[in-house]
Order: sequence, then C-alpha cells, then structure tokens
Amino acid sequence: MRFDDPQFRVKVGLAEMLKGGVIMDVTTAEQARIAEAAGAAAVMALERVPADIRSEGGVARMAAVEKIREIQETVSIPVMAKCRIGHVAEARILEALEVDFIDESEVLTPADEENHVNKHPFKVPFVCGCRNLGEALRRIGEGAAMIRTKGEAGSGNIVEAVRHLRTVGREIRTLTILDEHELMAEAKRLQAPYELVCWVAEHGRLPVPNFAAGGVATPADAALCMMLGAESVFVGSGIFKSSDPEVRARAIVGAVTHWQDPARLAELSRGLGDPMSGLDIGKLTPEEMLSRRGW
Amino acid sequence: MPVGVLALQGDFDAHARALERAGASAVPVRTASELEGVEALVIPGGESTTMLNLLHRDGLFERLLARATEGLPLLGTCAGVVLLARRVEPPQESLGLLDLRVQRNAYGRQVASAVVPLRLAPALGEPPSAEGVFIRAPRIVEVGPEMEVLAWRDEDPVLVRSGRVLAATYHPELTDDLRVHRLFLRMSEQNGG
Repeated sequence: MRFDDPQFRVKVGLAEMLKGGVIMDVTTAEQARIAEAAGAAAVMALERVPADIRSEGGVARMAAVEKIREIQETVSIPVMAKCRIGHVAEARILEALEVDFIDESEVLTPADEENHVNKHPFKVPFVCGCRNLGEALRRIGEGAAMIRTKGEAGSGNIVEAVRHLRTVGREIRTLTILDEHELMAEAKRLQAPYELVCWVAEHGRLPVPNFAAGGVATPADAALCMMLGAESVFVGSGIFKSSDPEVRARAIVGAVTHWQDPARLAELSRGLGDPMSGLDIGKLTPEEMLSRRGW
Repeated sequence: MPVGVLALQGDFDAHARALERAGASAVPVRTASELEGVEALVIPGGESTTMLNLLHRDGLFERLLARATEGLPLLGTCAGVVLLARRVEPPQESLGLLDLRVQRNAYGRQVASAVVPLRLAPALGEPPSAEGVFIRAPRIVEVGPEMEVLAWRDEDPVLVRSGRVLAATYHPELTDDLRVHRLFLRMSEQNGG
C-alpha cells in the first residue's frame, strides 16, 4: 500500500480537511447554495436523493453533466458526485469534470456485480461505503481515500449506520489485541488485505478518515454518529426531504461540531419543523436494502 | 501553556498531533469560554465558509478578533490564511489581521492539489527546503510592506509572518517536518508574557 505516495497523500489530505463537517446531498444549484450558507463542508451533486430513488425505482445513474457543472459554478466548497459501483467510465467522466471527490456508491444501481473501480490511477480521490472492517479495507486496498458507513440511504433511520459504525469500531479494537501470529487468520476471516490488517492492528484506526452516512435525519442522529467514532457525517435525504431544510441543515452542522455538548445539542434540536418520514428497516426486503450492494 | 486549536471544522486533529510532537500541549477550542483558556491559537485547514458560519453562532468571531488585537499568537494554515487575510477574493468576510490579498482555491480544484518543493528563509533553519502539501489551496497575491515572507512555492509567498501571527497556505501539519509549529511555539513564548 502506497501511503507515502504524494498523490495518495493529497487525496487523504482533502478527506482530512472535511473532518468535523457535514457533506450534504443536493439536486439543484439552489439547494447547493442553501447547503453552503448553512455551513456544509461539501456538497454531493446527484440527480435524485436516495429517498426518491427508493420510491421511484428505475436505474439510478451518475448525475447529468449540466447539473454537476451548475453546482460547481454556484458554490466554493468541494463538490462531490456519485458513480455506479464498478462504472469506470462514469468515474473517468467525473474526473474530467474535476469534481473534488467521487463517491462509488451503492445508492446508484451497480454497474458491476463483482468488481469495484481500481481507484489508484485516478487523480481525484474516492469515498466508498462499508458495513464492516473487511469491506472498508478492501476499498482502501483499491485506493479509496475516505471510508463511510453505508447505513441505509433514504431510510431516515439511523439503525443501519449505527450497526456499521459499531461493527467497524469493534473489529478495529479486536485487531489491536490480537497476537501478531493471529493476524493472517484474521485477515482471512475479514477477507481483507493482510498488510492493511497489520497496519490497523498497529495503529488502532483506519488509515484513511472514517465518516458516517445513511439514515441521518436529526442533529441527534449526527451527534450519535460522532459519538460512535465517525469523523464527519454525510446527510442525504434528511435535509431536503424535511419541512424546513435551511434550519435543519444549520442545526446538523452545529451538532457535528458540538456533539460533546448535550446542552448545545438540546438547543440545536429546537424549532426544526418535521423531519423526513422514516422507514422501518425490518420491513424492507433484502432486495430493497441498498447497503447490501457492494462486494 | 496550552495551545488552542480551533476545532469547529477541518484538520484540527492533525494540528494537535503536530503541536504535541513539538512538545506543546494542545486543547480544542469550540466556544468563546474555551478560547479564554488558551495562550495561543491555531486556525486549521478546512472550509473557511463553514468555519465563518460556526464562528458567528455564539460570538466567537468577536472574541477571537478581540483576543487577536490584544496580541494572541495565531497560526493559520490554508483556510486559516483566508480567515486571517485583510482582503479575500472572491470577497468574503475575514478577521483582517494580516496585510495580505488572498485568492481562494486559486491553484484549482482537487485535481490540482499536489505535494511540491518549497524554498525556505533562513529563519526556518536547515535544510532550506521543505515539502509543501497544497490542497485546494489559496494563493497569496499581494503582501503588505510589514509582512515577512518565510517560504516560497516558485515565486509565490506561501509562509508569512507579521508580529505574532504566522500563516501558511500549505499544510505543514500533514508532514513530519515540525519547523513551522516549533517556530510558532517560540513566537508564542516570546510574546506570551
């Protein structure tokens, strides 16, 4: 793994700059403007928010080029965009558009049901989702410069993000107490690259920033992710599917900064209007679970 | 003497680690009352618009400006330079503590981010070069007559000092070279009283 490669360092460097911030899904330039004014550290340009992808169905693809351009021209903060899992051509197009980060995302319909993009040769950094440590380390092995939990996008339900944060955290802590002779067997169990397993065992953390995503709907949800070790939070449908996006966006930004201050969180949780309506994850069929996409 | 790191958003942890490696104790500053407990402050890299938004929420902006005027030693990197500069392009509010004109994201989007060699002034010691990690970096396009330039990327000034304020458009906190943080700690001691 080439952690001291200059290109990889500047990719991880941008992820470092986004720590303690909120990355907001936006579908128009006007939403991007609202997100930036509310204090977003970056925006994610996409065609439909996950809740609409879920309800409308059909194939979900990379956003339209005009839309990405329009959003890039509207805000000064980094602009991210999603490509389908394994869709190397969409990824190259997003790189040509000079988006600041590519999310190879399970929220879009996968283009390849076995392989993810080899992210090393790209100049633009990638973020990828994970449900556990093995998946996180496979993506880092492919060159991801940032990891996020998958959670369950478009659900408004934090339970899956919590499950994934807990799992990754527990599996990292487990590695730190294993004997050096046990690491290869653990790498086999995790289905993760051995060198990365050894790195995590030695350092007790992922080698790239670890953010949370999937189901954040309230300031308290965002604060919970931070308490569980996330270094930043993605919010998808939770803002622009709520009754007052501007106020909710601002409150979630405050919650990610002041997550250790319960009095401040109480204040931030007042007067927000209605959150997006959520889904009971237990009632989703396996095919409806976006987090099961990715390999 | 604890050194504060403004921990509203950005790479504040990287600065805290660099300060601790340089022998200081670092504490996060998120509120006006936490600001009162520090004798020097680092403004990290991150998004300047996000930091401004959060600085304005509980009067932290005004307290920071007041303490800076009283002589609080400050180190800003990347977004920190944008917050410290007197003039920002495109126009954006700032603390206006350094006589600089700065263009945001002037080297380009993330595809233009790079590690490039820097030329250092003798004040930084040997060797006279360093690694400059530039990430969506601002560019200093005009330097006031009172400003001392301590590092260059080609002909661009990238590390500047005026009185108790030190500012870098790159990220020394993302390298193993602690000279910028050590210089800041020496400046803080001299002026701390």
